[in-house]
Amino acid sequence: MKAVITVIGKDMVGILAKVSGTCAEKNANVLEVNQSVLQEYFAMVMLIDISALTCSLEQLKTDLDKNVKDMTIHVMHEDIFNSMHRI
Amino acid sequence: MLNMNDILETITMIQEENLDIRTITMGISLLDCADSDAEKACEKIYKKIYSKAKDLVKTGDAIEKKYGIPIVNKRISVTPVSMLLAASGGDPLRYAKILDRAAKDVGVNFIGGYSALVHKGFSAGDLELIRSIPRALSETEFVCSCVNVGSTRSGINMDAVKLMGKVIKETSLLTKDRQCIGAAKLVVFCNAPEDNPFMAGAFHGPGEPDCIINIGVSGPGVVRAALAKMDDNEDLNAVSDAIKKTAFKITRMGQLVGAEASAALGVPFGIIDLSLAPTPAVGDSVAHILEEIGLEKCGCWGTTAALAMLNDAVKKGGVMASGNVGGLSGAFIPVTEDAGMISAAESGALCLEKLEAMTAVCSVGLDMVIIPGDTPEEVISAMIADEAAIGMINSKTTAVRVIPAIGSNEGDELDFGGLLGKGPVMKVNRYSPSKMINRGGRIPAPMQSLKN
Repeated sequence: MKAVITVIGKDMVGILAKVSGTCAEKNANVLEVNQSVLQEYFAMVMLIDISALTCSLEQLKTDLDKNVKDMTIHVMHEDIFNSMHRI
Repeated sequence: MLNMNDILETITMIQEENLDIRTITMGISLLDCADSDAEKACEKIYKKIYSKAKDLVKTGDAIEKKYGIPIVNKRISVTPVSMLLAASGGDPLRYAKILDRAAKDVGVNFIGGYSALVHKGFSAGDLELIRSIPRALSETEFVCSCVNVGSTRSGINMDAVKLMGKVIKETSLLTKDRQCIGAAKLVVFCNAPEDNPFMAGAFHGPGEPDCIINIGVSGPGVVRAALAKMDDNEDLNAVSDAIKKTAFKITRMGQLVGAEASAALGVPFGIIDLSLAPTPAVGDSVAHILEEIGLEKCGCWGTTAALAMLNDAVKKGGVMASGNVGGLSGAFIPVTEDAGMISAAESGALCLEKLEAMTAVCSVGLDMVIIPGDTPEEVISAMIADEAAIGMINSKTTAVRVIPAIGSNEGDELDFGGLLGKGPVMKVNRYSPSKMINRGGRIPAPMQSLKN
């Protein structure tokens, strides 16, 4: 089972570190990271394996919101993307 | 592998374009709650609704969190109450009160099914139930009501049409201190679908299984945004294609949520209703899609053609995405719930006669239309008759949900707040149809051949 984390907001030091740190705390394995900084805006899409996650997806989102302030964060199960964009 | 663009597209749809699951509606059959003792019947109804739906809201919220997709409403539809009333007799309001309490206790925001199916005639319980609708809707908070007065196979019950004009007016009168909100919870149908998850017209048809999950998806904003990205010179084939693709994606999401909810609740999955249901929120309007296609203002000439194409393309995309499409499935045009329609009605571009033409090519009918409070009952009945005739002849669902604004006239405004929105009081043709309406009887079922 996989989930997608997206983080969008003003760029600053340590965003990736904080996100991946939170994931590690909850035993989510990072599979892929795609990030870019456009002007001063930071956008990242991270694919994580949640088969061995030690908390709920909802809790992970709450923790991310707490640890990475002032950014727009979405945590979504991968099934929604697969069903919307694949036949 | 997941594609970055696909991920961002989905997030933009949810975040910027108001994509959501409009409703998870649990259909519950109450046939096994019928009892000759109304007290006992009510007890059974409460127990059944509570036991089936107690986890509905919780499950909906959990799915919302898992996929990050808003699920706006959780609702319940039940067997038409007139069938239970037929067994018990007595005061119909008792049933309305128990439905209201059950809805409140499980935390849903509407419960539909205070209904009667009278397209060919009245049977036991039907007349009593219909006459009690004004009080039921004014004395409860969550109960919605609908009455089916016609069908392609049986014609139109004009006695019921006459009665419903009066019932609508009375319902409005009893709730005149609350913006006439009662009438906004009352729908008069022709060819009512038995599995519609959208309120106020949802009820659990007698042909349905014991308990079932139906999903209503929405997303006018997403369709509009997809069209806004297109070049103005592209032809209508391309426009129709873009609508189809978008409808496909929206419906797939509904399918996913429906399957998940059905598994979590242990209730079979019924249908997805892939309607474009607008809300008063900016950017969530069906009228704005029509304007994006190329109309200056919704209601101008060309509106019917644009809407016909939109409605058809939505169905084509949706049918490909799910094997269980049902309900109303099309574009809704409720005036007060759609920012673009409100503006068109206020500016005078959209009149009731044009709306009527639009209902011939889309779902559902004269929906959420505010009319002057002094509109005669016969005129309201005649509006119902006209809409029912369109539905009957074209083998489609049509409906009337008009709100006589008691004490207000053309140009005034009613504001219901929330999803029901607000809108201007629209001009109604005052010439009298009362001789025809007072004849009563039945308009016979139409020919199914020689279609011209």
